[in-house]
Amino acid sequence: MTESPGSSASRVVTAPAPRVRAIRLRGLIRKEFLQVVRDPSSIAIAFFLPVLLLVLFGYGVSLNAKHVPLAVVAEKPDSLTAGLTASFRHSSFFDLSVYSTMSEAEQALRAHQVQAIVRLRENMAQAFTSQDGAPIQVIVNGSDANTARLILGYIQESIAIWLEHLERAGRVVLPIPVRIEPRIWFNPEVESRHFLVPGLIAVIMTLIGALLTALVMAREWERGTLEALMVTPVTIQEILLGKLLPYFLLGTGGLALSVAMAIWLFQVPFRGSFGVLAGTGALFLLVALGMGLLISVVARNQFIASQVAILATFLPAFILSGFIFDLKSMPAPIQVLTYGVAARYFVEILQTLFLAGTVWDLILPNAMTLVIMALLFLGLSRWKFRKRLD
Amino acid sequence: MNTSRPAQQASFSLSPHMDVVLEFRNVRKVFPGTGKPIHALHDISFRLRQGVVMGLIGPDGAGKTTCLRLAAALLHPDHGQITVLGMDPGREAQTIQANIGYMPQRFGLYEDLTVQENLDLYADLHELSPAARLSRYHRLMAMTGLAPFMERLAGHLSGGMKQKLGLACTLLGTPRLLLLDEPTVGVDPLSRRELWAIVSRLVQEEGTTVLLSTAYLEEAEQCHEVIVLHEGRILGYGSPADFQRTMERAVYHVQSRERRARVLQMALATHPSVVDTVIQGEAVRVILADSTSHTVNAVSTHVPDAFLTPVTPRLEDWFVARLTQQPSREGLPGDDSLEGFPSASSPTSSRDSAHPTIVVRHASRRFGQFDAVKDVSFTVLPGEIFGLLGANGAGKSTTFRMLCGLLPPTGGALRVAGVDLRHAPAAARQRIGYMSQKFSLYRDLTVLQNLEFFSSVYGLRGSTRTARTQWALEQFGLTAWTHAVTDQLPLGFKQRLALACALMHHPEILFLDEPTSGVDPLARREFWRRITWLAEQGVTVMVTTHFLEEAEYCDRIAILSAGRLLTVGTPEEIKERARSDARPHPSLEDAVITLIEADSARS
Repeated sequence: MTESPGSSASRVVTAPAPRVRAIRLRGLIRKEFLQVVRDPSSIAIAFFLPVLLLVLFGYGVSLNAKHVPLAVVAEKPDSLTAGLTASFRHSSFFDLSVYSTMSEAEQALRAHQVQAIVRLRENMAQAFTSQDGAPIQVIVNGSDANTARLILGYIQESIAIWLEHLERAGRVVLPIPVRIEPRIWFNPEVESRHFLVPGLIAVIMTLIGALLTALVMAREWERGTLEALMVTPVTIQEILLGKLLPYFLLGTGGLALSVAMAIWLFQVPFRGSFGVLAGTGALFLLVALGMGLLISVVARNQFIASQVAILATFLPAFILSGFIFDLKSMPAPIQVLTYGVAARYFVEILQTLFLAGTVWDLILPNAMTLVIMALLFLGLSRWKFRKRLD
Repeated sequence: MNTSRPAQQASFSLSPHMDVVLEFRNVRKVFPGTGKPIHALHDISFRLRQGVVMGLIGPDGAGKTTCLRLAAALLHPDHGQITVLGMDPGREAQTIQANIGYMPQRFGLYEDLTVQENLDLYADLHELSPAARLSRYHRLMAMTGLAPFMERLAGHLSGGMKQKLGLACTLLGTPRLLLLDEPTVGVDPLSRRELWAIVSRLVQEEGTTVLLSTAYLEEAEQCHEVIVLHEGRILGYGSPADFQRTMERAVYHVQSRERRARVLQMALATHPSVVDTVIQGEAVRVILADSTSHTVNAVSTHVPDAFLTPVTPRLEDWFVARLTQQPSREGLPGDDSLEGFPSASSPTSSRDSAHPTIVVRHASRRFGQFDAVKDVSFTVLPGEIFGLLGANGAGKSTTFRMLCGLLPPTGGALRVAGVDLRHAPAAARQRIGYMSQKFSLYRDLTVLQNLEFFSSVYGLRGSTRTARTQWALEQFGLTAWTHAVTDQLPLGFKQRLALACALMHHPEILFLDEPTSGVDPLARREFWRRITWLAEQGVTVMVTTHFLEEAEYCDRIAILSAGRLLTVGTPEEIKERARSDARPHPSLEDAVITLIEADSARS
């Protein structure tokens, strides 16, 4: 294997190598896994962060209003006000405090001890039987508009339930000719966790696919290992596949972990097909990996790579994917922007699969968009990535 | 002047045969810089023949790395042609890269992989069969001595071991052309010597051709051919002997019985026929403008109390002589003294050993399981230049940080000017100037803004500040650059500015952390002459460096290795300790190697 000193220098030793060789790819993949295992920050991004996010969003963030501190001001307590107060007290939505004067209640509202005040005036009993009816004053802390609207709804509902009870008891005749009987589909308990957790899976996979991939690639630029690697028989395809395959596997692990946690820990119903979930999940991972690789072509240090990855992939997946904020209530220009966010399509697929089932009419167009995006990003990174430093 | 370009024709006159492994023809490379484009290489041409070791030598920014990357097909030239192993890198980059070996700066190793895993990766990439792998591993282990460290993470190896692993990885494919980018920077002298042994063995046994870059001029002697690069141009091209020949009888040791070397140096520096002066032990090494007896006599009569002994010229002598010819060189006002800098009340002549400026007693610093510094003790006297020497990871920076009060020791005590700087009042810090490795300047501020910022940090206000800033601009030859953005300055000027910033408050003690790394020898000498002048004024100077020849400029040096103090003494004393019958005149490098070997034999 040693060469004699006098051998001709212009002779080419190796014929043009095939584009992907199993032995080289195996070496690269093994190296990547060893690095993941030894680098605490990779493990943190791949495993710790997903679990943390799931627990945080599964338990911590709830868009339901429950145990809202509520003040009821009964200016002249009697059996009528007692009935209404009891109706609030029995509702799991409220934690009740009863005050006898409005000023005390207002103070509590200002001190954030209560979120809303229901004022039952002293003339309520008389007004109740009069033509005009008895007005009930409701004051809600409106600083969080969503919660305020929810609280208002709950209060109205509680009052309606109380009136119904009175009617059954034959004490009043309600002038309501039409009764609304609400049926909420797909998420009958109106449990926000049930649509948050599936959506979160898309965010987690963006994290592993795009952020982690961009970071590990930038690290190779930074430490000069990629430079050393380039001057070997390795091909561009092998370098890219050597990154793609390990992080694809890692992302699949993240997907499985998240789905398992969603179903068993958070009791989110799953009504679709696991096969479709696996297929579309793989598709979305390819999109995320494509974005990560593309970022690493441009960003050659870890700081810039993380900034770009967070701004271009993670934050949009968080804010503009419909995972937490409703896309239809966004201003039109922002809505247009969301069509460029890959996570948006996967969030819709996930929410459909979990809460509705395998609805092909919804899944197919989203999956097709993901196919196009995967081809676009992977193709661009293949095209842009050179074994060159300029 | 006879310091002209060495015989460039000699290398070119060889017929352009098949055995040319690498050829550059009028290669130009321009990078789009921020603001204006950076011309990294201007029309470079050279030929590298089979089995030759060629050294690219020059300061930072000379274009060494660009040359190597062009040869590795990692960059493409903007103009001109390159041929590697008979192929065009523009069209056959993949084949070229499969057949050469390339070690980038800092060795390009996966630090979180073990030695074995690094080797396995490169063996896989080169598609070595299990049998070929075994025999190749065996051979490389024998060459590098890495065998006992196979299971260790590459990141936990010493600099010298990393360098050998990096080399072993590039050698797995049995490359015919080996490109090494600064393989010896920051590595201890013993490992450097070992690397050169491996390289010459490869050339002999495998016919490998080697192109390597280095900032150590003395390493030129190890090459068959040398290209001296400066600011993207070839300043000289030839064999080490060619360079030496042009400087024959123009370099002398000058020694006086009456005057100390530093005083003698100042007298010599003013003579018009003297190109350059450097302190070397007890003597002054002088480069004369030419080797005529007339010039030699003129200099001898200028210093009647001294005698001149001709010495073997080095590449550095040639380089310095060549650089001083360049018209672009901006001269400094007169000499290198800093007019207006206060002289200490007790001048150096009364160096007071009873009141040392710096005292380090059994200082240790652990990081987890790792002893960065272990039981180090030394003292530094007022007005002394004290050098801290060692390879990367030897503990220089840690010792320095502890002295500056930036890092608490885990054992022992360190006192500077009588106080522990960790809980020193601002007044104590006021007496200290600090200049660090990366020159610690704000790169996007102008020269003036940097000076103003540093003087305000040291509490200078109003007219004092204006006067001091003016002083710095004049004394450091920075007036022309007053409003230039610091990042755009040539490296040597950045270094001047950094020193000026550290001196704005006229400190009594100066800490210099690798102040000369990467600058050209002329800027390095100018810097040292200033430091010497400051020491003469009574300023105590503490300096770290990995250039062994710089140790000669220090009054005393401490040599660190793997966190421990190997020795403290004057350069002459340390050389004396390595003297043997086999080596009657050991260099400082020989002495350090002897010390490291004796130390590793003990542990």
